[in-house]
Amino acid sequence: MKTEELIRAISAGAGRPPVSMPRVWLAALTGAVLAAGAIFFAVLGPRPDIGQALETTRFLFKFVVTAVLFASAVPVLRALARPGKRPAWPIMLAAPALVLVAIVLELVALSSGQWISSLVGTNAIYCLALIPLLGILPLAAMLAALNAGAPTRPVLAGAVAGICAGGLAAIFYAAYCPDDSPLFVATWYSLAILLLALLGALGGRFVLRW
Amino acid sequence: MLPETDARLAGLLRQALRGDEPAYARFLQEVAAIVRAVARSRLGQLPGSDPEDIVQETLLAIHLKRHTWREDAPVGPWVHAIARYKMVDAFRRQGRVVTVDIEDFAESLAGEEAPVMHARDLERALGCLTDGQRQVVSAISLEGHSVAEAASRLGMKENAVRVALHRGLAAIARAIGKTGT
Repeated sequence: MKTEELIRAISAGAGRPPVSMPRVWLAALTGAVLAAGAIFFAVLGPRPDIGQALETTRFLFKFVVTAVLFASAVPVLRALARPGKRPAWPIMLAAPALVLVAIVLELVALSSGQWISSLVGTNAIYCLALIPLLGILPLAAMLAALNAGAPTRPVLAGAVAGICAGGLAAIFYAAYCPDDSPLFVATWYSLAILLLALLGALGGRFVLRW
Repeated sequence: MLPETDARLAGLLRQALRGDEPAYARFLQEVAAIVRAVARSRLGQLPGSDPEDIVQETLLAIHLKRHTWREDAPVGPWVHAIARYKMVDAFRRQGRVVTVDIEDFAESLAGEEAPVMHARDLERALGCLTDGQRQVVSAISLEGHSVAEAASRLGMKENAVRVALHRGLAAIARAIGKTGT
């Protein structure tokens, strides 16, 4: 087929595209929240002492930092689905910056003898297993949305999808997790989200083809 | 891309998204010329590759992913990113072919020159369409009929022709990505 002939075929398809990216993202993010929520309430549920926990700054901080991570990854992810669009990378530093500040405050608040026990916590393995469990369906939804777009850097886009899904999963996980120290969050939540980022990068490498 | 060129192409693409077929054809022709120039300079030294394949794959990708262009964004960076992605893809597939070919190296030296890829991916990709899709695609592309003419010739509704055309082009794009030899 000559290029002229191909152009004739394509131009006959002029008109409104069948897909709309805002709608794709709305569906993917709604699906991601519902999926993570469903797994959370089916498998985990909130911790028993959530009433008291809600009155502590450390517990509330977990929701702030994870929500900020999720919310800041979304626009970057959306940009990565659009060829030639530069993502606003600096906003993704917001959550790490918050964590750094919280670490400093925590180190000041605790005596140095408490540092290690706060970091190790009581539940690290659960954290590493359950955040990926909560995040796996959201990650799939985000990879599907990327696939409807046109990511020219599929591995990177997949990794950011993993971070975004990890942030969302961590919001829910935070309500279950009995460890509230920023030292614990900075270590284990980050590792768990990194696992999802790696999974997303792998997924991006092999699934995102167009 | 000059700002004037970008503005003109963006205008054409906006019209195309509102259903203006001649504007879409003009847009695609201009984009084809731009991509052809880049592909020739980049792929010139790559044996067994035809820059026209890149042009065609890029045009197909532009069409199938046109919803990733926002009407308020410049069109140049979007087109370039898609073309670059398709070129990298071609290099990657070519790389795969080269590793396969090493074992047959002596044979291919002894035999005649490898056939030039004259947009043959696309030719082969036509073969993977359903009969209905192939009839529609070739009525419009090879025989130059409009959607309305193709519909009356094939005894289909216009909308069915549009759907078959869209699915056919999507299938061609998928097949090119898979075969890649």
